[in-house]
Amino acid sequence: MNFPEELKYTDSHEWVKMLDEQTALIGLTEYAQSELGDLVFVNLPEVDTELSAGEAMADVESVKAVSDVYSPVTGRVEEINEELLDHPEFINETPYDSWLVKAADIADTVNLLTAQEYEALVAKE
Amino acid sequence: MEKKTPLYETHVALGGKMVPFAGYLLPVQYGAGVIGEHMAVRQKCGLFDVSHMGEFVLEGEGAEDFLNLVLTNDFCGMEDGQARYSPMCNENGGVVDDLIVYKEKDGRYMIVVNASNRAKDFAFMNRYLGESEKLTDISDQVAQLALQGPAAETVLRKLTAEDQIPQKYYHAVFDGQIEGITCVISRTGYTGEDGFELYCHAQDASRLWELVMKAGEEEGILPCGLGARDTLRLEAGMPLYGHELSDDISPREAGLGIFVKFKTKENFVGRKAMEEAGTPRRKRVGLKVTGRGIIREEAPIFAEGRQIGVSTSGTHCPYLGYPAAMALIEKEYAEPGTRVTAQVRGREVEAEVVKLPFYKRA
Repeated sequence: MNFPEELKYTDSHEWVKMLDEQTALIGLTEYAQSELGDLVFVNLPEVDTELSAGEAMADVESVKAVSDVYSPVTGRVEEINEELLDHPEFINETPYDSWLVKAADIADTVNLLTAQEYEALVAKE
Repeated sequence: MEKKTPLYETHVALGGKMVPFAGYLLPVQYGAGVIGEHMAVRQKCGLFDVSHMGEFVLEGEGAEDFLNLVLTNDFCGMEDGQARYSPMCNENGGVVDDLIVYKEKDGRYMIVVNASNRAKDFAFMNRYLGESEKLTDISDQVAQLALQGPAAETVLRKLTAEDQIPQKYYHAVFDGQIEGITCVISRTGYTGEDGFELYCHAQDASRLWELVMKAGEEEGILPCGLGARDTLRLEAGMPLYGHELSDDISPREAGLGIFVKFKTKENFVGRKAMEEAGTPRRKRVGLKVTGRGIIREEAPIFAEGRQIGVSTSGTHCPYLGYPAAMALIEKEYAEPGTRVTAQVRGREVEAEVVKLPFYKRA
């Protein structure tokens, strides 16, 4: 299982890549995709949607179930990864390249974990 | 605390992701994932552990009469080794369970029931059992493996003699022998493909599993879990108890009217209630999603601005490549081509009524 050092993580299994102080890419961790199984559907928010830290911003569906994706930040959706709408399986194949949302105007975040902290959390699950 | 099937250790060793289901710990999937396993069964073959299913033995002179009373299908005229599917109804005409009856010989049958209904079915059947019949629950001594897919027969041929392989669908060889293991070899399944269900003694299960997996290697066999079992049966439009069938849904509403023999049988449990209810007002239909989203179970279904029913199962269909669902809706809207919407997590998902099954093998 891979936990890239340069990313931050949430306890709800999103990863955050800070591009600058107010902008970040958000995706699902390798652990999250492996637990969810084959993803077949992704619902993304619209551009300019307000994001609230800790609240659902998107959902992903496997053949088995639907799961919420929580926003790690308070801010605004600047861009969505439209490619995923047709290819949700990219999240399974390359979870750390398959960002869902690019957030801007970030004013706040949930408690973000380092790679080591997140790896320890996953080890306990 | 969930029970383990005789194949529990085998699943864990194969990397199966174990989950509780109907009182048992069973693999929902293995390393290939639900889609990979589903495709293996459609294109090659797969092996499932379905040992959680319940098996009863019915013996006695009055066995056939008992079956004709307690089940809605007609059990007259069965050959030895023949199998027949049937709903079992309560006095209100709702479905207690759906099951398969095998005739071993005159006066001796095996009945295969859903795991979650095993205790309920046994108690229910006992209420109607006469002096001359005996019903025994042998579930704990029996393991069941399902070998399913277009290559299933090729695989089985490597393990047993020609005359051990039933040639007709819904037929079984009762004293089957596979490399010294005694089993019932049945040409049945729950995937929409050709295939076999093998019933053996619990202590032989892991050896039989190994034998089949080894024999299937060349054909690309995969071990398959509950996830693929569900997507396969849904694609094949097969009902699942607790979803399309329940104590409150009649077999006629569920589209199983063909298994209710009003014409050939005088009396059976549930007959009066079904006759009084008349033509069902709701009907089980297939829904093909035309919008974006997946309709899963219990989504309200709307047409012309009002609710006309509810979905009973739904998922993304791996082989067909689109999401589909089954639903119980008012019969006026059951015509293929009718446009409906489902409410899914606060959103509307558009769908179209289509003929069942969604998938039928060539």
